[in-house]
Amino acid sequence: MNLKLAFSLSIASLWHRRNVLALVTLTLTLSITLLLGIQYLRTEVKQSFTNTIAGTDLIVGARSGQLNLLLYTVFHIGNATNNIRWESFQDLKTDNRIDWLVPISLGDSYKGHRVVGTTDQFQKHYKYGRGEPIELARGAWFEEVFEVVLGAQVASKHQHNVGDAVVLSHGGGRTSFSNHEATPFTVSGILAPTGTPVDQAVYVSLGGLEAIHIGWESGVAIPGRTVTPEQAKERDLTPDAITAALVGIERRILTFQVQRDLNQYSGEPLSAILPGVALSELWRIMGQFENVLLAITVFVVLTSLIGLAAVLLSLQVQRRQEIAILRATGASPLLIALLYVIECLLLTLVACGLALGVGAAGITLVSPWLLDTYGLKIALRPLSGTEWLILAGVPLAAVCVSLLPAIKAWRSSRKQGLGHANSW
Amino acid sequence: MTNRTHQSDPTPDTEPQTLKLSGVAFQWDSSKAPLRYPDVTLQAGSHLFLQGPSGSGKSTLMSLLGGLITPSEGRLEVLGTSLASLSSGQRDRFRADHIGVIFQQFNLVPYLSPMDNVRLPCRLSRKRLQRAKPDATTEARSLLTALGIPEDSWHRSVLQLSVGQQQRVAAARALIGGPELILADEPTSALDTNNRDRFIALLLELAAKQRCSVVFVSHDQSLANQFDQQLHLQESTR
Repeated sequence: MNLKLAFSLSIASLWHRRNVLALVTLTLTLSITLLLGIQYLRTEVKQSFTNTIAGTDLIVGARSGQLNLLLYTVFHIGNATNNIRWESFQDLKTDNRIDWLVPISLGDSYKGHRVVGTTDQFQKHYKYGRGEPIELARGAWFEEVFEVVLGAQVASKHQHNVGDAVVLSHGGGRTSFSNHEATPFTVSGILAPTGTPVDQAVYVSLGGLEAIHIGWESGVAIPGRTVTPEQAKERDLTPDAITAALVGIERRILTFQVQRDLNQYSGEPLSAILPGVALSELWRIMGQFENVLLAITVFVVLTSLIGLAAVLLSLQVQRRQEIAILRATGASPLLIALLYVIECLLLTLVACGLALGVGAAGITLVSPWLLDTYGLKIALRPLSGTEWLILAGVPLAAVCVSLLPAIKAWRSSRKQGLGHANSW
Repeated sequence: MTNRTHQSDPTPDTEPQTLKLSGVAFQWDSSKAPLRYPDVTLQAGSHLFLQGPSGSGKSTLMSLLGGLITPSEGRLEVLGTSLASLSSGQRDRFRADHIGVIFQQFNLVPYLSPMDNVRLPCRLSRKRLQRAKPDATTEARSLLTALGIPEDSWHRSVLQLSVGQQQRVAAARALIGGPELILADEPTSALDTNNRDRFIALLLELAAKQRCSVVFVSHDQSLANQFDQQLHLQESTR
């Protein structure tokens, strides 16, 4: 009965002061949106990050650290320390524990984007997210030696379409002075956006990479030794080496066994890594700053709550008469104090609700743009347990903060006589 | 401090006296002399006119009667109950159950409609709710009608009411649920003569219907003869 009255009085009182309180509520809403948004985004980004590559059980490369291998094969950051000989790759193919192998050959670039030499196995077996395959938005996967498939971002950034001619550059880097001008490629297909580094890469056949490097053995084109595209096609375009390989193992239980065998491979020093483990390790290194970010937003919310308490405290002066009336009518000091707690709580709940709405609307509106512009895949999903906990923490903090005006009101209404505060 | 009491014929003592003060004194501050009050007995249904200059302790007496403070000396009984023997929570409940209060002005909770202001005591006290006949809303309606508040303003903002109307809504709130005692602290000081006379006439008429005692504080000596008993407090000679 008393609580019901306190609630209905609080609601009426809040509505009465809506003009003053709207601004504080807005501040609170924005800060809660920020808090929730940061938590949501960091979960999503982590999810998206750790799902950059899926379905691949092992990544094999020349002997190196697992982060290095992960960085250059999946994220196209940095360079391989060494290559895998083609014989070794062929040898792996004969291992019946391994179900599929995707060769990856790195080294060239197109306007700063990595050129990945591979086969049609890449399109078949490279998965990301929750096992989604990469798909072609337009055109088809390369079949000819001089055909190229562009990642979504590459195509949109340079406004390429199927059929365009593309000249690859030798080596990495944004501006290369040695271009494979004699051997242009034709765009055969453009990939749909994935939100992974795939969007930033360019895919050609292993043979294509061989072909453009005929006569480039010393690192630059040696006049007289280069060939025309037609001549190149006549040659044997089997590569001598590749950079790395993605390994698929259907019987997962054998993964560690294969990994151990590859790490002890007798032909040449190799490293085999579990992409999931390497990704988590990488995230642990990069994920530190997001904790700091979350801590900052917690302080932002606390600041707005203190602001709310300050507004309620300053309104207390105006409310003296109203409190006197309630007291005279028989309301206990506890009820008066309760009014402040409930008002603070209700405002915060309203702000939380608004923040949920604003957040959901914001993500819905911004996610297509994020995927297009930054290749970030942020989907709308129900809140996780942690996020609900964080959200629930806000009204809890509000109740704590509201004790400040509440206790003040409780104490002064205990001392107050009948009528105005200073009527004696 | 000297006090004079004018006592009318006491009514037969069939129910506990509404008020009984004997040797009551109150001290706000230990450095100041306590306010001392004369002994007063008010029978159920009779009205007391309380007059005195400011500083004579009228508001303090009202706070004492309302149970917001307790006397530092003497004995104060309201409806046969010694308020000093109750805890502060019990006094709040006692006030909610048995006492209606009207202030000088700004009597209404600004965010409640006149109707909700009138019904407020019935929400704070179960007793008042039970005594409201036949229910809180109906009694509120009849009181508002009796006090001449136009029906179209019952559910609007109280800030749109005139001062006279606000005081009459406050009177309706004090009367609802049949409290035994109404404390009216200069309720007419903000009203003009016409409004004042009408207000007092209505208040006393409705109080008489419920056999409710009114303690009425005013500077205005001319009102005194409308009340059964009068109490004149004089400024303390501190």
